[in-house]
Amino acid sequence: MTANFLTTRRAALAGLSATALTAGRVHAQVPKKGGTLTFLQNAEPTSLVSLTTVGTPSLTNSAKTTEGLLEYDYDIKPKPALATEWKISPDGLRYEFKLRPNVKFHDGKPFTSADVAYSIQLLRTVHPRGRNTFANVAEVQTPDPLTAVIVLSKPAPYLIKALTAAESPIVPKHIYEGTDPLTNQNGNAPIGTGPYLFKEWVRGSHAIFERNPNYWDPDLPRIDRMVCKFVRDAGARSVAFENGSGDIGYRTPVALADLDRLKKLPHLVFETEGTSYSYNVQTIQFNLDSQYFRHLKVRQAVAHAIDRSALLKAVAYGYGTVSHVPIAPGLKEFHSPELSPYGYDLKKAEALLDEAGFKRGPDKIRFRVPMDFNPIGDESRKVCEFTRAVLNRIGIAVEIRAQDLSAFAKRVYTDREFDFTYNGHSNLFDPTVGVQRIYWSKNFKRGVPFSNGSNYNNPKVDALLEGAAVENDPVKRRQMFLDFQKIYLEEVPDISLYSPLYLTIKNKRVHEDSPTADGVESNMSRVWLDA
Amino acid sequence: MRMGRRIARTLRRTAIHAVPTMLGIVVLDFLFLQLMPGDAADVIATEAGSATAETMALMRERFGLDQPVLTQLASFLGHLARFDLGYSPRFNASVVDIIMERLPNTVLLMVTALGFALLVGIVVGSVMAAWAGRWPDRILSVVVLLLYSMPGFWVGLMAVVLFSVKLGWLPNDSNMTIGSSFTGWALIADRAAHLVLPALALASFFVAVYARLVRASMLEVQRQDFMRTAHAKGLHPFLIQLRHALRNALIPVTTVAGMHLGNLLGGAVVVETLFGWPGMGRLALEAVLGRDFSVLLGVLLLSSFLVILANVAIDLLHAWLDPRIGEA
Repeated sequence: MTANFLTTRRAALAGLSATALTAGRVHAQVPKKGGTLTFLQNAEPTSLVSLTTVGTPSLTNSAKTTEGLLEYDYDIKPKPALATEWKISPDGLRYEFKLRPNVKFHDGKPFTSADVAYSIQLLRTVHPRGRNTFANVAEVQTPDPLTAVIVLSKPAPYLIKALTAAESPIVPKHIYEGTDPLTNQNGNAPIGTGPYLFKEWVRGSHAIFERNPNYWDPDLPRIDRMVCKFVRDAGARSVAFENGSGDIGYRTPVALADLDRLKKLPHLVFETEGTSYSYNVQTIQFNLDSQYFRHLKVRQAVAHAIDRSALLKAVAYGYGTVSHVPIAPGLKEFHSPELSPYGYDLKKAEALLDEAGFKRGPDKIRFRVPMDFNPIGDESRKVCEFTRAVLNRIGIAVEIRAQDLSAFAKRVYTDREFDFTYNGHSNLFDPTVGVQRIYWSKNFKRGVPFSNGSNYNNPKVDALLEGAAVENDPVKRRQMFLDFQKIYLEEVPDISLYSPLYLTIKNKRVHEDSPTADGVESNMSRVWLDA
Repeated sequence: MRMGRRIARTLRRTAIHAVPTMLGIVVLDFLFLQLMPGDAADVIATEAGSATAETMALMRERFGLDQPVLTQLASFLGHLARFDLGYSPRFNASVVDIIMERLPNTVLLMVTALGFALLVGIVVGSVMAAWAGRWPDRILSVVVLLLYSMPGFWVGLMAVVLFSVKLGWLPNDSNMTIGSSFTGWALIADRAAHLVLPALALASFFVAVYARLVRASMLEVQRQDFMRTAHAKGLHPFLIQLRHALRNALIPVTTVAGMHLGNLLGGAVVVETLFGWPGMGRLALEAVLGRDFSVLLGVLLLSSFLVILANVAIDLLHAWLDPRIGEA
């Protein structure tokens, strides 16, 4: 499966035209200074610091002003950022960070271990994921201004991967102390240690960041100014790439149908680097309390009816990798290469439905069931239409139900008035953070989006996930996740379909935009422009 | 003198009507919005792709979403009584600030589009009426029919393809060159260049409406007694058309234009999205999707205020165009 993933990925890369290769050679050039980078973003952030929200638009902008302790290479191996050295005790309970000296916030105040301790405390209480990521933090010790020690009550093997700027921002203590972090105005005009200074945010239009002349690395940043334009319309983004008014955008910023046309333009480059910090897996999610899908055989029948490769081609033009399991192929360490035991086979699907007691009626229909979808992706409706077509062939009549994001969240997670949906989840940087929440019975929480929405409950799975969350031995931990995926494949609590491949589109004058795992969500301090 | 009394009466009547109208709009909107599934905390959590029960409870508490509906309404009205539109939890900013950033852009786009539509519509309609049944009328009728049946966003898209992509003459996005530091004429030229395409896209449909309206009204007026009298007096045909026919024909046009103003305020969403124009239509749409009700109520309140103002202006215009209106 890993090999399979690589070939698909390579095929996709090969399709990215020769311009990508020439861009690779240009990297060797001496970086130029100056210029304005125009960064096209699909939506407007609600805050420019990803402290109380982790909405993608906030993650996109946060690191430009507000940095993290570490950066990561494409394989999520840590590299120094605000921390220059780090040591983890053998029992996995003490993380000691040596901080970079002579770092100053944009307002001139020095950055010290007190800011680290305070930020981690904030992340634990107000950050939507930090509450889980930092749940085991007992205290943060600050023996001296340039040393911070995170002391855990239980091991948290994923913690060392969670410290990027966007995921765990280090904010200035002196600005947040004594205020309500949810209403603090730092999110509207951020002060951090980052390579760019906040200049302005015109809502509905753009935000501007300017070169921080006092950045701790005197050679960086290289550009004078970054204009982040919020362009809601995908067609308008295509036009901006086409006529050169936009320089860069990520997570495939144009309609997939436009890609072939744009790839013919000589001034555009398509790259896949810098997307390894967060892989999504798209799923057909069942409500296990539904009168139909609580039957294992019905779920197995649906699994038999779905041809993942055909679906991927039909809905996403092949931009993605088929995945039978909820841990994305990109997380090579944990992804199980096993395939679903219920491969594409309509005859078996029909037999299973008969066995489950859902015989075809006089109108050839076994039962009618509504399908909802998470409207955040462009492909969502197409996946539902694909599903409706294939399930129709085995006698299940599907009615597609559309609603906006809030209504979808309320239907699935609060009211639980649904039978099955098309939904997607981010794996993030580790299955304990990104995958456990969906299958852990203790995370069946009404009203909380992207919790265990299926109401899946298997004590063996719970034990494996809880074990992996505190297991220090990487080999044992990996085995636990593989065992979990084996059970998952048998029990079909949902059907994993594919992991989307996201492209960064840029003008060829842009260089070194994505040298780390989180790509353009990083601080982009090294980015530079031709002419 | 008569005009002065007329103005005073119109203003008094409007003031008496306006307050209950706006209050009704706000209260009804508030109650209708409660019927929408989900709240701001749901949206923020769903957009984030992650949440915990604790962070969601924290958000609801801070935003006052955990309060009963009537308490929320009372608090909203209480703020309103102090001319305070409240606070947007989504943007962590005051609603007045958020709206005031957008209002000038919206008014600029709206007035330009409506002004353009009226000007072109009236000229084209007059030409069509003057040559009714002959070839200029026939040709213009086809053009007007095309404009009438093509959706504004499609006209906009095609204009973008031609003028922004192929020719590269006009910008397709935003209301100015972001990050520029133009002053004086350069600033005005930059703004105007950004205004052309969205204003054309927004105006295209209304051009057709006004042209057809002007044509019909002018043809109707031609048969009136006072037109015959004017001809008998020996006035120049151009003056007859301008002073007698057109002036009368403008009554229905301005009435309809007044109503369209409301349309344009909210209905510009598509054009604003297409051209990345930071206006109120998009703000309203995003507020609905984000369940950011304080912002939405603010937009609705301000829009109703603008519509009422526009209607006053139209009333006064009518009094000037035709002194008989509202005399009784």
